[in-house]
Amino acid sequence: MLQIKNLHTSVEGKEILKGISIDVKPGEIHAIMGPNGSGKSTLANVLAGHEKYQVTEGEIIYEGENLLEQAPEERAKNGIFLSFQYPIEIPGVSMVNFLKTAVNEHRKHKGQEPLSASQFLKLMEEKKKVVEISSQLTNRSVNEGFSGGEKKRNEIYQMAMLEPKLAILDETDSGLDIDALRVVAKGVNALKSPENATIVVTHYQRLLEYIVPDYVHVLYDGKIVKSAGKELALELEEKGYDWIKNES
Amino acid sequence: MTETIKYTATEELAELFTQNREMYEEGCPGFMNRVRSDALEKFVKAGIPSRKNENYKYTDLRPVFQNDFSVLPRYVQQQVDLHEMFHCDVPQLNTHLVLLINGWYYGHNRKIGQLPDGVVLGSLNHVAREHPHLIEKAYNQLAGKSDDPIANLNTAMAKDGLFLYVPDNVTIDKPIQIVNLLYAKENTFAVQRNMFVLGKNSEATIVFCDHTLNNNYYILNNLSECFPEEDSRFNFYAVQNMHNGAVNNTHFFADLKARANLHTNTLTLNGGVVRNNLNIKLKGEYAHADLNGLALADEEQHIDNFIAIDHSVPNCTSNQLYKNILDEQSSGAFTGRIHVLRDAQKTEAYQRNNNVLLSETAEMNTKPQLIIDADDVRCSHGATVGRIDEDALFYLRTRGINEKEARLMIMFAFADEVLSQVNIKVLRQRLEELVNRRLRGELGPCQSCSFNRRN
Repeated sequence: MLQIKNLHTSVEGKEILKGISIDVKPGEIHAIMGPNGSGKSTLANVLAGHEKYQVTEGEIIYEGENLLEQAPEERAKNGIFLSFQYPIEIPGVSMVNFLKTAVNEHRKHKGQEPLSASQFLKLMEEKKKVVEISSQLTNRSVNEGFSGGEKKRNEIYQMAMLEPKLAILDETDSGLDIDALRVVAKGVNALKSPENATIVVTHYQRLLEYIVPDYVHVLYDGKIVKSAGKELALELEEKGYDWIKNES
Repeated sequence: MTETIKYTATEELAELFTQNREMYEEGCPGFMNRVRSDALEKFVKAGIPSRKNENYKYTDLRPVFQNDFSVLPRYVQQQVDLHEMFHCDVPQLNTHLVLLINGWYYGHNRKIGQLPDGVVLGSLNHVAREHPHLIEKAYNQLAGKSDDPIANLNTAMAKDGLFLYVPDNVTIDKPIQIVNLLYAKENTFAVQRNMFVLGKNSEATIVFCDHTLNNNYYILNNLSECFPEEDSRFNFYAVQNMHNGAVNNTHFFADLKARANLHTNTLTLNGGVVRNNLNIKLKGEYAHADLNGLALADEEQHIDNFIAIDHSVPNCTSNQLYKNILDEQSSGAFTGRIHVLRDAQKTEAYQRNNNVLLSETAEMNTKPQLIIDADDVRCSHGATVGRIDEDALFYLRTRGINEKEARLMIMFAFADEVLSQVNIKVLRQRLEELVNRRLRGELGPCQSCSFNRRN
């Protein structure tokens, strides 16, 4: 599904990722772990197409196509979804209008008719249950005045609405209390299928108790220094990142 | 070597007036004619404003008046039926529709629908002659105190415009839509003079729509005096959609009595040089003024909103919200002066001006000004000039919304805060539609006028 090959990226001339290779197959969950500043969020943003990050070397193949040639909206319509570490507040853009536009853009891409107002509202109601998000939030402007937890929940809600093939969760656990974490994880797991894949970017092992990865990659200083099964997360939790730093 | 332009329009206009004085006075009652000399003198003394005039720091009107144009001291019969020719963008609204042409009340206006008893709506010139008692005492009481040269020029040359009188305790439910048309065979300087008298506990809504019907050069000098009596409620909406070679100069003066409520919203969609002056005085306790404006500009448009609001007595409130979206080489200016006089305790006066620049060459000048002579007041002002939020843009795009649409969503959301202040739902929806089309570049001036679209 996704092949990242020897990926180098830089921001404003500073190299952040220094040769990353990951291979993600349908049905898999990959966790990217690592200390602050190791390049985790950069990787997530590069996959979504943020223009701030320049790819200087390497390639990303998604479903057989060169992902780097696609605009962020094309990537989205082709099934990539980024759950933001810091979701953006957009005053004045209503959740309903935003989601309706997004959903219908996806449908258009697939050659489907746009949803009518009533069909759309029905879909919204249905998906609300997945993440237990209240109508009070979905009647507001996008993320405006949402608490940290509400914003994260709203990310997963959007994911439920858009049904991506490849979901990238960037520090979705940060700022969440344990109850919210459970709800978010439950939402992610509910959306899981043998056809789609998930990349979980996280600092802590905590989220991985709920979203169990098939592979864990440890990112340090722009490189993957260790890849293994889910047991690696526990080992990291126990020994801390210094263990990896010392090894590398 | 730079060429020095000699601006002679002030003298030429004064001479034009003096030579045609008889024509200007013809058909007008004494109280209109008696104030002309004084106003002309003030106009000549100050001259057409340049940037040296502190109030016109961002708008030099001299080049605007340097073009050749005709004046219309007499009503000109139209050879075409303007009702046939003109279909405004705002309709589908259930309104009382009134047409004005080059500042004059259109002679073939269709019969206005049923208005409540005692309401007078019609030509200022006609009412001034036939019912002078409705106008005489108040005429020029507000504008006459102004030093603004353009306002004084209006008083010197005024002959006609719109007049509205709403008696005490009367509410006009339907909005009154006034379409100010500019349509002449040659370049024209049009003068329009309006008066709105709102009796105690009365209510009315006026929607002004300014349109040019061909591409001749027009300057519209449009001045309104407004008298909201105790407990009255007046809504004044202006939709400005003249072509981008035309000049729109508006003045709106209002003195609010106790508990009167004034709501204005100025939407500038097109127009070359637009200068809107609002001069509001809160003179009775618990009066409230709500002043809003939205301008969308591109090409070389210039839009200047100049607001002066006086809190003269205690317990009044005012709120200003002005926004501009400026693209290409357009420029905008905003001045919001709040003056809280010494006795005006418990004043609440708020002001906000937000601007988005879409190009490197667009320019915005914003100047909030608070003069506070009382001590127990709550005032605030804030001004921002920024660009489209790139993070918000990226966020929308990662959800599959293409860049153009995402930009439009963000711009529309920015603009809609002003439109959401419009408290007539159908009007708000129509204005939202117009703004949406304007942002998409689909709305030229007079898009739906039956002929002469912009080339």
